[in-house]
Amino acid sequence: MADMRVELCGISLDNPVIPASGTFGYGWEFAQWYDINILGTFSFKGTTGTARFGNPTPRIAECTAGMINSVGLQNPGVDAVLAEELPRLGKCFRKPVMANISGFSIEEYQEVARKLSGSSQIGWFEVNVSCPNVHGGGMAFGTDPKAAEKVVRAVKDVTDKPVIVKLSPNVTDITAIARACEAGGADGLSLINTLLGMRLDLKRKKPVSANVMGGFSGPAVLPVALRMVWQVYEAVKVPIIGMGGISCAEDVLEMMLCGATAVEVGSANLVNPCACRDIIQALPAAMEKYGISSLKDIIGGGHQK
Amino acid sequence: MREEKFTIVSNRPLTGSVYEMQLRGCTEGMDRPGQFVNIALPGLYLRRPISVCDVEDGLLTLVYKVVGKGTEQMAAMQGGDLNLLTGLGNGYSLEDAGDAPLLVGGGVGVPPLYGLARALRKTGREVQVILGFNTADEVFYEDRFRDLGCRTVVTTVDGSYGTKGFVTDAMDTAYSYFYACGPLPMLKAVYRKSVTEGAFSLEERMGCGFGACMGCSMETNAGPRRICKEGPVFRKEELPWQI
Repeated sequence: MADMRVELCGISLDNPVIPASGTFGYGWEFAQWYDINILGTFSFKGTTGTARFGNPTPRIAECTAGMINSVGLQNPGVDAVLAEELPRLGKCFRKPVMANISGFSIEEYQEVARKLSGSSQIGWFEVNVSCPNVHGGGMAFGTDPKAAEKVVRAVKDVTDKPVIVKLSPNVTDITAIARACEAGGADGLSLINTLLGMRLDLKRKKPVSANVMGGFSGPAVLPVALRMVWQVYEAVKVPIIGMGGISCAEDVLEMMLCGATAVEVGSANLVNPCACRDIIQALPAAMEKYGISSLKDIIGGGHQK
Repeated sequence: MREEKFTIVSNRPLTGSVYEMQLRGCTEGMDRPGQFVNIALPGLYLRRPISVCDVEDGLLTLVYKVVGKGTEQMAAMQGGDLNLLTGLGNGYSLEDAGDAPLLVGGGVGVPPLYGLARALRKTGREVQVILGFNTADEVFYEDRFRDLGCRTVVTTVDGSYGTKGFVTDAMDTAYSYFYACGPLPMLKAVYRKSVTEGAFSLEERMGCGFGACMGCSMETNAGPRRICKEGPVFRKEELPWQI
């Protein structure tokens, strides 16, 4: 009997599969496709202090084995999330949810975390210091170790819930940021956010995205994500959520062997709305094929000499 | 919204770049004209959203223009199966039509109006149709609309067929409501020219096509809306196009 349970910052998950923020809305709309209670949990849409439309369209571009998005944190704002989205979610999801939060100042991160912290539906915070699509906030905090540490400390100050920090791959040394977040009190790290990229439209001879650049994701980025999770696992002690291009059960196993305690699945949800369900259903057979009886036993297993 | 396997029954060119593909499969939930499907194609990451032209007795008709890799691939298909997400988008509201609705289509915006015209004719309404193209060799589906009993006018920009000019040059007629689908500049011109309430079908580059990624959002008078989910059909008063 395959044991898929893992523990993430003191909360146990039935399995390590977590739909990634920005690809799963606030969850309830996916309940039309399958029972979302089969998930480990999910990370909801990046939420800011006030409502945001995001960037101008077009903000999606096709790539080989992936896509670029430049959505730019469209969300209804923290008050509407509390008043509308979470009550709706409560009708179809019984597990603690991961609250992905973002901000343009330390104060905004704190305000959003403080407000959401009162909700019993929320199990963890995932602090996004790595959105490549917003100017003057987001990724700026995630590319400077000192700034990242400051954000983490500030969020930790206003909540008792576990704080996971979502890291950007668009840095020279991701382990430096990872160590800074750990020093700031992060209970966990999640990586990688999207890679900054762009495409050109040859008919118009202009960038496809109105925002010029955007975040590249999809199966093409899996090797980069595996490498970064591997490096961060060797640099810190806190648990890691590995993500980037995961599309099947075998990808989950690779990511966990690199050091991930759990995994997030992003773009795959957008081409197959039932991707996470399919991965969870395929995991036991994949585990059996590779002689794995318990997933928690393989976390970081690839590092053993 | 469903994920379904469809089998290609036929796939033929209507003009140099516009094709009509007919597929058989489960059409449950595709009950409103103006909805779309999102098609998975081998070797391409994102699905390709294509508006539904018509659905009848388990037969799905898609009319699409070859504009890039995805539609090039579709044009070359002579059979086989396709994985579709079906029943996407809100579709047109027939209740708003009144006694004598006007349908205005431009280029590859014409196809979803065909299913709408058939549904409206079924209810006994008088239906007027304006189909706009650039040139005579781009014209398609004129006879199909006439066969439904719609009063049909074709305009071409260069005057090589029908009335010379834009669709708006043929809009000086009495109508109870209008439905428009076509390129954005045409839709905005129809918005300005129209004298009644109406509905517009919009398009945008999409990621998922079912509301998850927020890639295709637009600002409306009622706040941000996803073209794939709350749209693609928007009522005139929702659109922030006032001059």
